[in-house]
Amino acid sequence: MTVLDDRPETAAPAPRRRPNRLLALLRNSWRQLTSMRTALILLFLLAVAAIPGSVLPQRGISPEKVNEYFTDHPDLAPRLDRIGAFEVFGSVWFSAIYLLLFTSLIGCITPRLRDHVRALRSRPPAAPKRMERLPQHAVLPAPAGGAAAIAEVLRKRRWRVEVRGDEVSAEKGYLKETGNLLFHTSLIAVLIGVALGSWYGWSGNRLLVAGADNAFCNTRQQYAEAKLGPRVDSEDLPRFCLRLDDFEARFLASGQPEFFNARVTVDGPDEPTRSADFSVNSPLRLGGASVYLLGHGYAPVIRYTDRFGRSQVSDEPFLTTGDSGLTSEGLAAFPDANVDPRTGQRNAGLQVAFSGIYLPTAPQQAPFVSSEYPTERNPALNLVAYRGNLGLDAGIPGSVYQLDQRQVRTGKVKEIGSKLLRKGESWTLDDGTKVEFLGTERYVTLSVRHDPGSTILLVSCGFLLVGLMGSLFGRRRRVFFRVMPADPAEGSPTSGSSLVEAGGLPRTDYPGFADEFAQLVAAVRGDRVDAGADSSDRAGAREGTE
Amino acid sequence: MSALSDNLVTFAILVYLVAMISHAVEYALGNARTRVAAAPARELVGAGVGGGGGSVPTSPAEVPPSAAADRSARRARIAGLVAVGATALAAVLHLAALVTRGLAADRMPWGNMYEFVLTVTFIGVAAWLVVLWKRPTLRKLGLFLTLVMVLLVATAELVLYVPIVPLVPALNSYWFVIHVSTIVFASGIFLLGAVPAVGYLMRAGYEQGKRSFPYTLAKRLPGAVGLERLTFALHAFAFPIFTFAVIAGAIWAEAAWGRPWGWDPKETWAFISWVVYAGYLHARATPSVKRNVATWLAVLGFLTMLMNLFGVNIFFTGLHSYGGLD
Ligand code: HEM
Repeated sequence: MTVLDDRPETAAPAPRRRPNRLLALLRNSWRQLTSMRTALILLFLLAVAAIPGSVLPQRGISPEKVNEYFTDHPDLAPRLDRIGAFEVFGSVWFSAIYLLLFTSLIGCITPRLRDHVRALRSRPPAAPKRMERLPQHAVLPAPAGGAAAIAEVLRKRRWRVEVRGDEVSAEKGYLKETGNLLFHTSLIAVLIGVALGSWYGWSGNRLLVAGADNAFCNTRQQYAEAKLGPRVDSEDLPRFCLRLDDFEARFLASGQPEFFNARVTVDGPDEPTRSADFSVNSPLRLGGASVYLLGHGYAPVIRYTDRFGRSQVSDEPFLTTGDSGLTSEGLAAFPDANVDPRTGQRNAGLQVAFSGIYLPTAPQQAPFVSSEYPTERNPALNLVAYRGNLGLDAGIPGSVYQLDQRQVRTGKVKEIGSKLLRKGESWTLDDGTKVEFLGTERYVTLSVRHDPGSTILLVSCGFLLVGLMGSLFGRRRRVFFRVMPADPAEGSPTSGSSLVEAGGLPRTDYPGFADEFAQLVAAVRGDRVDAGADSSDRAGAREGTE
Repeated sequence: MSALSDNLVTFAILVYLVAMISHAVEYALGNARTRVAAAPARELVGAGVGGGGGSVPTSPAEVPPSAAADRSARRARIAGLVAVGATALAAVLHLAALVTRGLAADRMPWGNMYEFVLTVTFIGVAAWLVVLWKRPTLRKLGLFLTLVMVLLVATAELVLYVPIVPLVPALNSYWFVIHVSTIVFASGIFLLGAVPAVGYLMRAGYEQGKRSFPYTLAKRLPGAVGLERLTFALHAFAFPIFTFAVIAGAIWAEAAWGRPWGWDPKETWAFISWVVYAGYLHARATPSVKRNVATWLAVLGFLTMLMNLFGVNIFFTGLHSYGGLD
């Protein structure tokens, strides 16, 4: 609600002087913009504008698919790209629609907020002269206490009551408008929450292989992909480090995953050192960030012993290919292999790399290309060895998961054979060097995020719901009672005593008003009210006023 | 247990079919009766148009009786009651199919598209029986409802069927129960709401004197005003539940995927549905917008729900693609 309080006057003030043209135009446009009709059109446009966001691949969600689309539709894609079709929800036109909608919204609710506050403060209006013209009307014998007694009955039923001499006016159902305003204001708060999140939030994704050597710290450089909101600097990231100690995954016989758990050690200046577990539906909540488990896989540990007898170990993660058996592909590169320890001379032509497919559960027979089950029942590593200049020194950043194919094409790197290795097996290459498959480490893919708007989002969504229900189910209505002298012509059974004329006016669509009115009249008359006396036929017959 | 569930679904479809046919018979007999009493009815219709609709005779009592008309009216009534009985029986079988499926899978039966459609349609029919109990005069709408049931449940069985599998870990959360149960519930009510919405559009046209194809179907439907009101009541009931469900989904998505909202195709279409339904409620509250324009929005809203249910699972891939179809 505070959002609105400090807003400048949005409804154009009615000028006393003859308005000039421009002002009139502005005022008219503003009136148009803040009309419910315009709001409706904008809502509709918003829905239509969101459709391409689901039909076309979006950069924010699947950049690979966008690239694929570019290769598949080389003519169309750049044109679509120019109009922001691959970033619909950040595009100019999408933003224009919702910004206009929210401008309209603010312009719409500000005056209504003012009116509603006024209505809440004001007293129910005087009874109309001719009550029989109201949608509901009744004449009944006056109760003993007269107007005061009627007021009492109404107050007990939580009506807001005003007694003016012999007249009682009462109103109920302010909740509808209150709810409606709360709902619409919450919509603005939701937008603010989203905006805060995207300005002040940040996120980063990376792989984390188990083991102390592979721990990472929360800096921008340590993420494969990092997104920082426009108001966030690299220095603003909270300082902590994570080490993956253990990863547990259980699967069903079909290979479908059933359970995941990652155990990490958290450490760093901004976090107390501790061990923590997290999983797919329960992220690790740290002070300034949350860590989400997105995926997992295997990092084969490969030892290469070069011609000088020096060995190096690689535990690069192999990326899963997407099948349920967790078949993974990757590269173990040894650019520093075969450096002569005496001269320290690097021989680029003697660099070694192994590209491979890792099968946690290899089939019994060839071809050894896809794994049968996601856990390591029969682990095997199908390696292809390469020797030559891997092209890692050229300064062109290449993928760490794939061999630079240019080097292969130009013959700078030569394939020297392939072999299937079981765990613990080794393979001696043509030059007498040796590669061993020692085992695997688990790795997890993580998303580390901070969204400062999330609390506002959550709270405003709560208000939004409450407001919505008030708005949809609240019913504003008025009733009036006038105590008048007995009219002998009516032939009332209690002749001599006075009569009460009652009228009711539903101010919103409210089919059940006739029943409520009847019950109210009965209560004023002093009858015991039968709460179950609900005649839906009558309810259906009445059209509420709008 | 799983096979039992499959059989129960087949039975339920058959009984829905029986209900639909009985409703159709009631309709047809009703038409036969009006043919007998055609002349006065037409006059009344003419008067109704002048009065802005709403006064077209809808109940047999308003038409001058004759012996033949009386007999077929009685038969129509019986057919109508048989239809309601069959609908109720089918709903029981439908529920039993869901319960056995849930027991066999040892979880709530909302794990894939097949189960989802089965549950949504069950909610729809259960809500229909409640509405019917409160407003028996709406019975003739049952023809459309049972038609929808037959179509959707049969689609589920023939196209979407998958054997039982447990949930993937991403779905294994209490938010799953909260989010999916509310989505299912709201979808079921929206499904039911679409029936009087379409009925209203046809009936309103009929009451305005349109006598071409789809409008003539509405001859025996309850009055337009009542249909429109029912449409609104159902949507006003479902919308906050749907809103809650979407919010619960966002809370869950935050925990599972690290972001409350990511414009995944499923999320995008939920957004579209929400906006369209908000548009419907909005339009209905806007005095300058005609009721049938507003009601078209409700129908459109339901089409977007269908798109989300079927289209997104089949055409797009996203985080939500666990429809179970490959
Ligand atoms: C951000 C987009 C908006 C959404 C999602 C939205 C949604 C809704 C919904 C769902 C209702 C139905 C509640 C009810 O019937 O009481 C409603 C009612 C209403 N809206 Fe909006 N609205 C939006 C923007 C606006 C704007 C821009 C205006 C002003 C021009 C406006 C004015 C109203 C009014 C006056 C009602 C109450 C009608 C009544 O019940 O008497 N809304 N809105």
